[in-house]
Amino acid sequence: MLTEVNTVELTENHSLYWRKNLRITALLLAIWFVVTFVVSYFARELSFSFFGWPFSFWMGAQGSLVVYCLIIGYYAFYMNRLDIEHGVEELED
Amino acid sequence: MAGSFETAREAGKGEANRAFRLQLNKVYKWYTGGFFVFVIALAVLEQLGLSREWIGFIFLLATIGLYAGIGIMSRTTDAAEYYVAGRRVPAVYNGMATGADWMSAASFIGMAGTLYLTGYSGLAFIMGWTGGYCLVALFLAPYLRKFGQFTIPDFLGERYGGNLPRFIGIFAAILCSFTYVVAQIYGVGLITSRLTGVAFELGVFLGLGGILVCSFLGGMRAVTWTQVAQYIVLIVAYMIPVVWLSVKQTNFPVPQAIYGYQLEKVTAKEKLLTNDPKELEVREIFKQRAAELTEKLKDPGAALKADKAAAEARLVELRAANAPSRTISTAERAVSSLPKDEASAKAAWTRDKELAETKSKPLNGMPPHAAQFAGDPLGDAQAQATYDNSRRNFLALIFCLMIGTAALPHILMRYYTVPSVKEARQSVTWSLFFIFLLYFTAPALAVLVKFEVFHVLIGTPIDQLPAWVASWNKVDPSLMSITDVNKDGILQLNEMSIGGDIIVLATAEIGGLPYVISGLVAAGGLAAALSTADGLLLTIANALSHDLYYKMIDPNASTARRVTISKVLLLMVALVAAYVAAQKPADILFLVSAAFSFAAAAFFPALVLGIFWKRATGIAASLGMIAGLGITFYYMVTTQPWLRDVFGVTTPIELWWGILPISAGVFGVPLGFVVIILVSMVTTAPSRKVQKLVEHVRYPNLREP
Repeated sequence: MLTEVNTVELTENHSLYWRKNLRITALLLAIWFVVTFVVSYFARELSFSFFGWPFSFWMGAQGSLVVYCLIIGYYAFYMNRLDIEHGVEELED
Repeated sequence: MAGSFETAREAGKGEANRAFRLQLNKVYKWYTGGFFVFVIALAVLEQLGLSREWIGFIFLLATIGLYAGIGIMSRTTDAAEYYVAGRRVPAVYNGMATGADWMSAASFIGMAGTLYLTGYSGLAFIMGWTGGYCLVALFLAPYLRKFGQFTIPDFLGERYGGNLPRFIGIFAAILCSFTYVVAQIYGVGLITSRLTGVAFELGVFLGLGGILVCSFLGGMRAVTWTQVAQYIVLIVAYMIPVVWLSVKQTNFPVPQAIYGYQLEKVTAKEKLLTNDPKELEVREIFKQRAAELTEKLKDPGAALKADKAAAEARLVELRAANAPSRTISTAERAVSSLPKDEASAKAAWTRDKELAETKSKPLNGMPPHAAQFAGDPLGDAQAQATYDNSRRNFLALIFCLMIGTAALPHILMRYYTVPSVKEARQSVTWSLFFIFLLYFTAPALAVLVKFEVFHVLIGTPIDQLPAWVASWNKVDPSLMSITDVNKDGILQLNEMSIGGDIIVLATAEIGGLPYVISGLVAAGGLAAALSTADGLLLTIANALSHDLYYKMIDPNASTARRVTISKVLLLMVALVAAYVAAQKPADILFLVSAAFSFAAAAFFPALVLGIFWKRATGIAASLGMIAGLGITFYYMVTTQPWLRDVFGVTTPIELWWGILPISAGVFGVPLGFVVIILVSMVTTAPSRKVQKLVEHVRYPNLREP
């Protein structure tokens, strides 16, 4: 049982959808990169006190995790809306 | 409960899914309530005099029995039910199941211990094992769900065509899942034997029974509903002691919000301890011991002879002086406990020397908890090099753990089980949320326990230490041991050796909670290990039965036959894994981390390029996977002491840019990408059909406008 691949030809609307998807993916990935690698790289410099924690310690232990959750949550929200906008959402039957 | 797991696909899909979700909410609410009642009832029984052994047994039997019960109720022989739980697991529940699938014995028991021992550097695990879900969400989960088959090698096979990519996928999936599952079964054995006092090997097979009843009868369907139940047990078990400890120390029940202030106090105390005269005295003694051993190791043969002569001379002298029999028997033991020959003397002394050297360092060899990286960027050349190296390894480890997270087949497989692409996206959010709950608590737990050790244990007369210290020493001296090195009758930090695994398991006792909570924590650890083992075993069995047998050997096999074969294979793989675990293989923690590097190098480039780049070709993907996996394996074998031993490598260790073997994937992943891209450019573009498949996975529903 191979995957049923439909033969619909892509339209301008479809490629616009895909470009928007790539744009939001790149943007969120950039945030992910900064929060993870840039903050960790400068961890020693970013050790001012933040409610008791050194800031970079707090980022590693909590801040980055919160940002990851927000990234994924926002992506789901954005894409589920984008699906409808471009008419590629799944229909419940 | 059985009714709620029955198939509801035939009715209107959307309506049925909603009804199914409501039904699940009801079932799991009752389940959670029932679980609390069970724990409270046990607590009451404990007050009435129920013994600790019985509490342990009841926890073990009740939880394993419960998981087995869910397995029996969800038994199935339908392929879609067996492989992907009928594809109607609601996003929230799939999130919980993924959480339990994801959080292994290492996350539950080991992580807080690692954080306790290594401070900031341990945060690489926290970030790596959560940030990877961003990659799952952005690059993989929705597309794999749209693809909608059964396994990860399935995708490789269809996207890249031919059996080679599929076969490499099967090999890599088994390689990383098997090393991982051995570690889980080992954890099951450890916890079972702690909880009930049965032998380790028996513990392994008891736990195995629980795993098998569940995954054997019901495949993914049973595993999913069990994992949800296990998630609830493990998160409750993790939170209760930490909250209690927080209330005890700070009168505030949300440890995650306020442990920053405890960390400040820990840091202040670290400064005091580093210069404390008593600590310096202890460290000086260890320093001398290390120096003596270094001297002995220059000529172990002669030193051993001298030791032997001295010990025997003392024995003769004591006997001649008619010393009390206790003194004589001590001296006899000193003679008999000497190393037997030069080789074993050398090994024992090298080990002792390393230990003494660690213990001659400030804070028992632990880095200051809040210090980012070792070394000093403003210090001399050596301190600067240490700093750069430490930072580079920290970043490399995060990279490997993240990419590995996004490539482990047993996690990716879970996103095949949700009803739609939309729910797949939401499900990743829920997964990370449920994982987040435990992961942002672990660093808090580590700091709270450190505070307790620094402020309550250190400086206490050794005969007045809390009871849990002695009881854990009795369980396993490698987890907790104390020697009064400077004979002042008071505990110094460097006189205590503490194993990382104790931190979570002993928190309840440290906080002064009744034993029933300790039992609960052990049951939580068991749930974490069992749920991960379930998912992994299923991945291995499916790779063999679905991908290898059905897709490559006998494409005409009937559904029932495939499911039966999968079940038989599952049993065999589980037995082999239990056998390996019962041998207590060395360096099990390294094997687990190695699984991440392997998965990262093998799957990530091929999967991501397969979705995002239509031009990626089959031969390129195969070569890329082989190259990535190959270089990762090569680097580990030539640099990791245990693997060097296994493969008999004797060339001197050459680290590339100082990267430790645990992060070998940092070379494999980029190489995989480069090879796939370069080879794709020089080979013929994929067929029109494959390109259509890529378009197909990119759009949740591709239809005529």
